[in-house]
Amino acid sequence: MIEVKDLKKGFDGKPVINGVSAIFQTGKCNLIIGSSGSGKTVLMKCLVGLFEPDSGDISYGGKDFTSMNEEDRKILRQQIGMLFQGSALFDSMTVEQNIMFPLDMFTDDSFTNKLSRVNEVLDRVNLKEVNNKFPAEISGGMKKRVGIARAIVLNPRYLFCDEPNSGLDPQTSILIDKLIKEITTEYNITTVVNTHDMNSVMETGDHIIYMYDGLKEWEGSNKEIIFSKNKKLNDFIFASEFLQDAKDMRQLEMKGKIENNHNHG
Amino acid sequence: MHQCVEIGIRSLGIVIIISVFMGAVSALQTAYQLVSPLIPLSTIAQIVRDTVILEFSPTLVCIVLAGVVGSKIAGELGNMRVSEQIDALEIMGINTKTYLILPKILAAMITIPMLVIISAVLGILGGKLASVATGIVSTSQFDKGLFQYFKPFNVLFALVKSYCFAFIISSISSFYGYYVNGGALEIGRASTKSVVVSCVLILLMDYVLSSLLL
Repeated sequence: MIEVKDLKKGFDGKPVINGVSAIFQTGKCNLIIGSSGSGKTVLMKCLVGLFEPDSGDISYGGKDFTSMNEEDRKILRQQIGMLFQGSALFDSMTVEQNIMFPLDMFTDDSFTNKLSRVNEVLDRVNLKEVNNKFPAEISGGMKKRVGIARAIVLNPRYLFCDEPNSGLDPQTSILIDKLIKEITTEYNITTVVNTHDMNSVMETGDHIIYMYDGLKEWEGSNKEIIFSKNKKLNDFIFASEFLQDAKDMRQLEMKGKIENNHNHG
Repeated sequence: MHQCVEIGIRSLGIVIIISVFMGAVSALQTAYQLVSPLIPLSTIAQIVRDTVILEFSPTLVCIVLAGVVGSKIAGELGNMRVSEQIDALEIMGINTKTYLILPKILAAMITIPMLVIISAVLGILGGKLASVATGIVSTSQFDKGLFQYFKPFNVLFALVKSYCFAFIISSISSFYGYYVNGGALEIGRASTKSVVVSCVLILLMDYVLSSLLL
């Protein structure tokens, strides 16, 4: 579990995050959504320690991350995996070397054991025969999957995904979402996903935080979001007519289910 | 080792070319200026040797390397920063400055002085080739001049300069590359800036070292 208390972060005197508090549950897909400039990326970068917050606390499993010394942070960071928006694979390394990199850095395993672990995670993300390819030789969707494989190779307790669907076609996006969801449940890890993708919100959002202008505007699940009366949230999520129709249909479907349950009860 | 190959071996071609021509041109221009019959022709070799060792090889080669190696380092680190590869390393708990920058500085400090020594040897050889080929001096006259009044300190001075310049080239370009903020345009700007700043600092350091050590 990751707990954030009254987190504030600004740049050049301009506040970007203005006192956000939230709890990211273990074994759940926690989504941070919001329009561009709402502070969600800054929030995620504060969570992983790429930005130092101006004030507030971040704790991982009860351990205060903000006041941790560099050594303790280094140990904790070995329990963190992150999938970046552009995958952030090392250009000069093959897929196999990219995934083996954290193992080389933090384990004393033999090459055979490390290779077997690499193949195991590659198999988990449904990638085959790409070991010796360079990142430039594989597709965007494959890069994301390699990014996920690298993020989970050390069996992390926390997984962060920054816009995992950006630049992907709808079908591949669904595959990536499913993979993130499955990995979260399978390894019982705390997953935090920063996304714009409405399909991800509806399909994987066990716990959603909607950020608006540096503040937490709304919090709930993908089931609750359908019935939310928050105007800013509705304007953001159901921006198009198509999405508005989809929302209405999902509402009717869910109401129907509730009524059916009442009748059967 | 990988960085030594990247910085040293990959720059060898350009170093060979500029060194040979630099020595050859230096010999021809010295001969052109020495018109007095009172000055022996072997002096040409002496002047070529000292100019190449004292100035041309360490300074000129390092200025060229500031362009070749400096822009490469700044571009590589800048691309890693922009494509979040440095962030990925930091999240893994790796000290990125030690992991990415230190090997580059060490490799430059090892290979650049070696390149300067190679350049000095090739520069003198280029001077000899040009002088002999154009009939300005004979091989024996050139060799005689080459060993006349030779000061080993000059070689030490060239090495001191090359160590300082190697540090300037690698650290300045690493700094500009590591702290790039933006996209492809900013990477280009950082590379250019790193080359310009390195060249200016090399010339300044050249003056400081010359006034202190000579």
